[in-house]
Amino acid sequence: MLEIRNLHVSIEDKKILNGLTLTVHDGEVAAIMGPNGSGKSTLSYVIAGKPDYEVLDGEILLDGQNVLELEAHERAAAGLFLAFQYPLEIPGVATMSFLKAAMNAQRKIRGEEEMATADFMKAVRAAADGLGIPQDMLRRGLNVGFSGGEKKRMEILQMALLAPNFCILDETDSGLDIDALKVVSEGVNALRDPKRAFLVITHYQRLLNYIVPDTVHVMAHGQVVKSGGKELALELEATGYADYKTLAA
Amino acid sequence: MNDVTPIRTKVENTLLSRFPQIKAALPGDASIRHLRDDAFASFEQSGLPHRRIEAWHYTDLRSLLRDAPELAVVPPSHVIQRAAEHASPLDPVPATRLVMVNGFYDANISTFGLPAGVTVKDMHSALGQSEPLVASHLGAATTTPDPLIALNTAFMNGGVIVTVAPHTKLDLPLELRFITETVDAIATTPRVLVIVGEGADVTLLESHQGPDGVAYQTNAVVEIFGAAQSRIEHLRLSAGGNYAVDLSTLAVNLQQEAVFHSLNCVTTPGLARHQVFATLQGEGIAFDVDGVSLLSGTQHVDTTLAIDHASPGCTSRELFKTVLDAQSTGVFQGRIMVKQIAQQTDGKMMSQAVLLSDEARMNNKPELEIFADDVVCGHGATCGALDDDLLFYLMARGLPRLEAEALMLAAFVGEAFEKIHHDGVREVFEAIAGTWLKSRSTPTKQA
Repeated sequence: MLEIRNLHVSIEDKKILNGLTLTVHDGEVAAIMGPNGSGKSTLSYVIAGKPDYEVLDGEILLDGQNVLELEAHERAAAGLFLAFQYPLEIPGVATMSFLKAAMNAQRKIRGEEEMATADFMKAVRAAADGLGIPQDMLRRGLNVGFSGGEKKRMEILQMALLAPNFCILDETDSGLDIDALKVVSEGVNALRDPKRAFLVITHYQRLLNYIVPDTVHVMAHGQVVKSGGKELALELEATGYADYKTLAA
Repeated sequence: MNDVTPIRTKVENTLLSRFPQIKAALPGDASIRHLRDDAFASFEQSGLPHRRIEAWHYTDLRSLLRDAPELAVVPPSHVIQRAAEHASPLDPVPATRLVMVNGFYDANISTFGLPAGVTVKDMHSALGQSEPLVASHLGAATTTPDPLIALNTAFMNGGVIVTVAPHTKLDLPLELRFITETVDAIATTPRVLVIVGEGADVTLLESHQGPDGVAYQTNAVVEIFGAAQSRIEHLRLSAGGNYAVDLSTLAVNLQQEAVFHSLNCVTTPGLARHQVFATLQGEGIAFDVDGVSLLSGTQHVDTTLAIDHASPGCTSRELFKTVLDAQSTGVFQGRIMVKQIAQQTDGKMMSQAVLLSDEARMNNKPELEIFADDVVCGHGATCGALDDDLLFYLMARGLPRLEAEALMLAAFVGEAFEKIHHDGVREVFEAIAGTWLKSRSTPTKQA
């Protein structure tokens, strides 16, 4: 369970989050929607532990533990996963080596044994096949020369392998064509589990046709201004965000 | 050249008084003595290079060299035995090894038996025996006047002469292994000639190792001659002691359609300068020279290139990667000269540095001098810190900061290592970089 209480965050003296409060229960898929500049991506970065942000007040609890005290890699080992809106390219680091390094680093932090290479290869192959990722892509530099759709699939592959208990999808639908959107959504749906929660950040209702949320939260001016069920997303599609932009003020 | 003669430093005075005292004992016939006298006279005039000389602006040897240790002598057998016991990172690579102890070739601890088509002569004896290869090749790989070459020529006393017969394709690399085995500081001045015949194919390794805590100095000059269509890969490892001064000159002379690749990997010496003088003297030569320097502490490491495109249709590529931690200093000076005759030259030079500390310094100076009008030439230099966004991406996947940095740095230097043709040596160099990166993450380092 993720609990965000009264979160105030600024970057370079600019206030982005203004007392945001949100709870996502185990097994829940919560969607966050909102206009540009409402603080959605900032929220995802602050939960994941990006250093540029200054948390002025509030707390973020993952299963009761305050993650604000942890560095980004410790949060990952504690079960947090952020699927990036713009996954970064790392030339010279083969995707396979990166995956192995990440998996073993997390295991080490949790005091677990390193994964045997054979088991690791098997797990990667199975997950890659499910997402339609060809094997030769795994030998290339991480995300180097990948299309937008391939990069997003690679994020979901990492999510599947690292088996986090709280996943944040930051505008995973951006830059995806309809086929890629289906593949990525199916990948996410396959990971839905009573013990795993998702925070799905998106501008558009479209993604939520494929990843059907349990709850929908509207963000404006760095706050959650309205919460509801999946029907709220449809309502937003019809009315737009104009009404909400004034609500928080 | 200089109207004002600066006040001699202690090192200069020592060298100036030493030469007349010992020159009679240095190996060589009359012609060699003549060569030494000329070289010494030029040193006498110029003194040690200093920052007012453009090529030495960032590596002021006058102030950096504090001592002129005694010139090494032919080592006694117990010293050779001790030297032979040292392990080298290159041990896993099967090779024909030619071992120099304190600059002097020793056949007994070198590989027994040479491959067909290869000859090796001890430079120490060759200098005194009117060796025709000395007369024809020594000092011939470059015409660039240079103070390090002059000092080496004045004092040279060891090294080897290697020839590879035309069309010989060597299965194993030839390794020139320089081991400094000493308790007191010494100066070694080996001179090496490698003469590769037409169409021959050679991998040449050059490794330098020595004790920590001893301020020994090496001033090695390696001259490589590549005949037409020869293929040469020269891979150098500078892993001397932490107080060592590693001065190195690689002079390369290539003929038509020769293919040459060199990579210099520097890890440990306190002060190092590797200079490459290349003359591309035939058409259609492919010349690549690369480097990786991994620096920490107060290391000062300089790479200086002068590549002379003296014929049409040659290609040159340079890729230098420098990682600087703590208070280390890096220098890259690269000069590509394209003579008027050298139309259709294709030259690209890149020097990239990553600074891991606020106190590290990098000096990048690429230069192009182009006198031909139909050429494609470019150079670039970058200098910066690791990308914070990339670092966060890796950390968000569970990699602790130092491990994430290590992964990024391994990829950064890996781009240069990838150009190594010899798989075994590439793996050794990558492992050396891996060890260096790991040593950063060891908390004991801060103790």
